[in-house]
Amino acid sequence: MMIPACRLVDLPRGEAYRLDIDPPVSVFHTDDGEVFAIDDTCTHQDASLADGWLEGCEVECPLHASKFDLRTGAVDAPPAKRPVRTHEVHVEDGMIYVRLSLDAPNLPPCVAARLAGGPA
Amino acid sequence: MRMVAVVGASLAGLSAARSLRGQGFDGRLVVIGDELHRPYDRPPLSKEFLAGSLAETELALEPDDEDLRAEWLLGVRAVGLDGPQRAVRLADGSEVRADGVVIATGAAARTLPGTDGLAGVHTLRTLDDARALRDELALGGRLVVIGGGFIGAEVASTAYALGLDVTVVEAAPTPLAGPLGETMGGIVSALHADHGVRLLCGVGVQGLRGVSRVEAVLLEDGRSIPADTVVVGVGARPCVEWLAGSGLELADGVRCGADGRTGLPGVVAVGDCASWYDPRAGLHRRVEHWTGARERPDAAVTALLAGGAVEPGAPRPPYFWSDQYGVKIQFAGHAAAADSVTIEEGARDDRNVLAVYRRSGHPVAVLGMNQPRLFTRWRKQLAAAA
Ligand SMILES: Cc1cc2nc3c(=O)[nH]c(=O)nc-3n(C[C@H](O)[C@H](O)[C@H](O)COP(=O)(O)OP(=O)(O)OC[C@H]3O[C@@H](n4cnc5c(N)ncnc54)[C@H](O)[C@@H]3O)c2cc1C
Ligand code: FES
Repeated sequence: MMIPACRLVDLPRGEAYRLDIDPPVSVFHTDDGEVFAIDDTCTHQDASLADGWLEGCEVECPLHASKFDLRTGAVDAPPAKRPVRTHEVHVEDGMIYVRLSLDAPNLPPCVAARLAGGPA
Repeated sequence: MRMVAVVGASLAGLSAARSLRGQGFDGRLVVIGDELHRPYDRPPLSKEFLAGSLAETELALEPDDEDLRAEWLLGVRAVGLDGPQRAVRLADGSEVRADGVVIATGAAARTLPGTDGLAGVHTLRTLDDARALRDELALGGRLVVIGGGFIGAEVASTAYALGLDVTVVEAAPTPLAGPLGETMGGIVSALHADHGVRLLCGVGVQGLRGVSRVEAVLLEDGRSIPADTVVVGVGARPCVEWLAGSGLELADGVRCGADGRTGLPGVVAVGDCASWYDPRAGLHRRVEHWTGARERPDAAVTALLAGGAVEPGAPRPPYFWSDQYGVKIQFAGHAAAADSVTIEEGARDDRNVLAVYRRSGHPVAVLGMNQPRLFTRWRKQLAAAA
């Protein structure tokens, strides 16, 4: 599925835009001008990676500092152990579109339980 | 360098082992730890694990498929270090001789004198401690937490959520004034009262009452607080006794440079047991936080492998987090260096503040309560300015 996110001019370099779908997805505009989309929720706990620390092609989780590679979703170090899902990005006529991955998301246990209707 | 021994198999030791492999060390790697467990994460021990919402398997710091090609000697205590030979003596009488030694033995919970053997009295540092405390909290009743620092406050918060009747006793007039300063220490510790947890400040503990099991906590002002369970959260001391006579300088932890190098060639120290030189402040300090134990081994391993031939980069300002009563508390920098603190965003009564500490107008620390986004921006700015 292709989802329009936001206009490229509205997303300055070094910033992230969170798409409020379920689960949320975030689009990052790196300082080098590249655009990437990954699942917004950290795989460790319920933190929004759009709130994190963007440096190069990596975003550091705002809570416990695991870093995720925006290109591959790979995680560098604990406490997170699993990668985040990456999504394909297209820019057309100045608009950023995200093609959602068909893989299952790697949500943290607390969020997965909540989505499944269990206790938070 | 053909062989490296890492002593301490927790976050700092594991991070060092990872850095070694990550930076191309291909030799023999031995990791020695006195606990029987593979490296696990401590922060959840006072939070989700204690609350029963996180399973033990989730505490593992290593992903299933990780292979560091290390020899793990677990359940063995290091009892001595021959500095010049870089030989680690183990409690079973054997010896591990290496070209490089990483000291990562962390810290141990301080206890109160005269409380040994009294049932119902706990400290919280290890998984085994947490299992025992969790089982006891499940029985409910009255909990008295001695010490209003981060661990004490987190245990109080978790126990409150489990439905216990909780009292926190703190000797200082304001809890957390050391790490956060008086003003913000007061705002953060007001979370206790928000939830009906009693906080008694400015009064010391004289002792515990009870014969085989604790019955009450006796305060220096004569009061007696009835208790079914007591948690002693009065800080931690670095585990460095085993290094006596090694030639290392031991003053509140292993004294080392800004890159973890000690006075002995081929020996570095990382994590809670290490007192690193802070070039900005011009002094040594021990930083007992998760992120330092995770990040600083990278620099120490670089120094170890290069034999000291590289200049250490400036470490990021220390950072820690805490979770209390559903509020995410984050702090970076050094509060003690500040001459002012201002709330830049949010309202203190809503407990969602972003506060900036300054010295002569320049930011030196930042505190966030439920402000992860703004906090990260300030933290980044702090690191850039330093
Ligand atoms: C309950 C709890 C909650 C915490 N919550 C937070 C938090 O929310 N945020 C935060 O920033 N930090 C938190 N921390 C702090 C953080 O966990 C520590 O900073 C971190 O664990 C330090 O890692 P380390 O490897 O240096 O030391 P440790 O984790 O203490 O590990 C040292 C290891 O070495 C072993 N050892 C000691 N002596 C010897 C010996 N002679 N021979 C062999 N092995 C030995 C020990 O048994 C231990 O396994 C918390 C700590 C605790 C205990
Ligand atoms: S929530 Fe992201 S590392 Fe913990």
